[in-house]
Amino acid sequence: MTSSTSPLDMMAQTLAASEHSPAVEADREPALRIASVTKRFGNFTAVDDLTLDIKAGEFFALLGPSGCGKTTLLRMLAGLESPDSGSIMLDGADISHVPPHLRPVNMMFQSYALFPHLDVAGNIAFGLKRAKLSQAEVDSRVAEMLALTQLEGLEKRRPDQLSGGQRQRVALARSLARRPRLLLLDEPLAALDKKLRESTQLELLKVQRQLGTTFVIVTHDQEEAMTVADRIAVLDKGRLVQVATPRELYEHPNSRWVAGFVGDINLIEGQVVQIHSGTLTLKTADAGTLVARTSSELVPGMTITVAIRPEKIKIFGESASGAGGNALRGELIEIGYLGGTSVYTVRLTFGATVRVVRTNSETVEAPLRIGQRVSLSVAPEACIVLEK
Amino acid sequence: MAAGSSARKLFSRPARIAAISPYVWMVLFFAVPFLFVLKISLSQTAIAQPPYMPVFDLGKPGALSQAFAMLSADNFRLLLSDNLYVLSYLRSVYVAVVSTLILLVIGYPVAYGMARLPQRLQPVAMMLVIIPFWTSFLIRIYAWINVLQRDGLLNDVLTALHLVSAPVVWLSTDSAMYLGIVYSYFPFMILPLYATLSKQDMTLLEAAADLGCSRRQAFWLVTFPMSLQGVAAGALLCFIPIVGEFVIPDLLAGSEKLMIGQTLWLEFFTNRDWPVASAIAVVLLVLLVVPLVIYDRLQRRQLEEAR
Repeated sequence: MTSSTSPLDMMAQTLAASEHSPAVEADREPALRIASVTKRFGNFTAVDDLTLDIKAGEFFALLGPSGCGKTTLLRMLAGLESPDSGSIMLDGADISHVPPHLRPVNMMFQSYALFPHLDVAGNIAFGLKRAKLSQAEVDSRVAEMLALTQLEGLEKRRPDQLSGGQRQRVALARSLARRPRLLLLDEPLAALDKKLRESTQLELLKVQRQLGTTFVIVTHDQEEAMTVADRIAVLDKGRLVQVATPRELYEHPNSRWVAGFVGDINLIEGQVVQIHSGTLTLKTADAGTLVARTSSELVPGMTITVAIRPEKIKIFGESASGAGGNALRGELIEIGYLGGTSVYTVRLTFGATVRVVRTNSETVEAPLRIGQRVSLSVAPEACIVLEK
Repeated sequence: MAAGSSARKLFSRPARIAAISPYVWMVLFFAVPFLFVLKISLSQTAIAQPPYMPVFDLGKPGALSQAFAMLSADNFRLLLSDNLYVLSYLRSVYVAVVSTLILLVIGYPVAYGMARLPQRLQPVAMMLVIIPFWTSFLIRIYAWINVLQRDGLLNDVLTALHLVSAPVVWLSTDSAMYLGIVYSYFPFMILPLYATLSKQDMTLLEAAADLGCSRRQAFWLVTFPMSLQGVAAGALLCFIPIVGEFVIPDLLAGSEKLMIGQTLWLEFFTNRDWPVASAIAVVLLVLLVVPLVIYDRLQRRQLEEAR
């Protein structure tokens, strides 16, 4: 026998080594480098020449509507699909065509994919036993995972004896047990009801911070992505549309499509009349003249879109005056009461329909009525200028 | 018993009739005939019509108790004392075990392959398994006799290929019998196995691969243990009728060693000893009920665990 070790032995070593190294890498070098990856199924291009870097220890979200290629990308990271072209590098090693069982990557499946013939402890230990750990190590790692996911006392239950939330936690524990360098989560919370989903998002975040493992989550729920992720990649039709932090994505979407996909927004189209030291004057057909701040290089005559988040618009009764910034007038045609906030739909005198969101604490003194004349005020800084 | 009576009200009249009908069926077509057989097995053979005594005459109450007094377990004692019967039982169980194992070893890969075929080809494969069974069972066994006989197709092919110099004796051997049994019971093994294997969630295999299993490991750690239900169903579906098999050993095997079905036939038709034949049938039934009860227990325990 030569000194060459089997891939499984190597994995056992990396698993053991990761125990001693600090969980969070100090230098946030790209842990995962996805370079020009393309994947086709027949005539359909699921992932189209996609390039993306994910840093070590990052909680990264792939966000997009169904069919945008996010799940295919995740499956390629897991090794369940292999890219037609391009490469996937994990910590400097090309893993594009490494089979799933030899990757230091684990995945939490949307359906959880728990083994029905094994109990909770058996499910969690499944991957550990394959990594040739000793029985004592397996036991201690299982206990650690049970504690991490608050599943103590349920070791002997079978998956069909668990609630949805418990099954979700077993799936998480099982995928984390091997201490993967990269954890992939495929719509991990989609099967939970809204309340449980929200509390689980925070738990997921806590676990990720505690372990420092790089997490890549796939979701179609933009609120979920914003809650958990450090950075979000928005995908559409297999292409990357924007990569940004949740705040950047919300405040500075780079296209009408992203602006519309992430959160609620009012889009108004118009032509540049004048631009002077970052202040833009815009003539629109259905909202009159607007003033916006922008750092983009624009020339008069260009057609652009102004996007305004509903909560950045102030609304007053007709009598009120002295509103700063862009002042718009119109008629209140609908009020949607949501408890903490209300959504006001206003038809401007120029014809555009605008949604405004205000917290109810500020409007309770002078409640607005449907049909009443109102004036709106939007700060130029709140107007996002979009060229495409 | 307030809970019981309120539960009873939950079911309408037709529902209750539907619930009772399998029991009526069991009593009418299983329990009652079995009691007849049991009674005959406790009787003595006689040269009469019917060929045993006593015959219950419900018209005379006094004769009835006298008839009861004549019943005895002599026939069962005979079964134990004569090697012929014990060996027949043992051979039947042995043949059934061996055949079931062969069926499992051949059937599992075939069922597995069928379950992994593209969705649209699966019904085709299923038809290919079932279609031969549209021909009468006896005709198919006779066809095998034709293939296996001295100047049959098999020997023709073997000599043409120069694999054998002289025709081989196939017919009236255990090999021919096992061939016939495996051939005949193939679908009974395939169908339950295919049913469990095709239902299996493929994501579980992806999860196994993700957790470090090679394809072989994933099969032995996930696919196979999850298909044990189908293995048990297929094995029982084959084992039980093979133990009582009569036609295949009679036509394809040699005549020196008998299976219990053949012994029963001999007693009934050749010796015209209905009481001994009945006793053989009763013991056979008891033998076969044991694995069934075990299987039922296992299944019930699994259901309870699932709850």
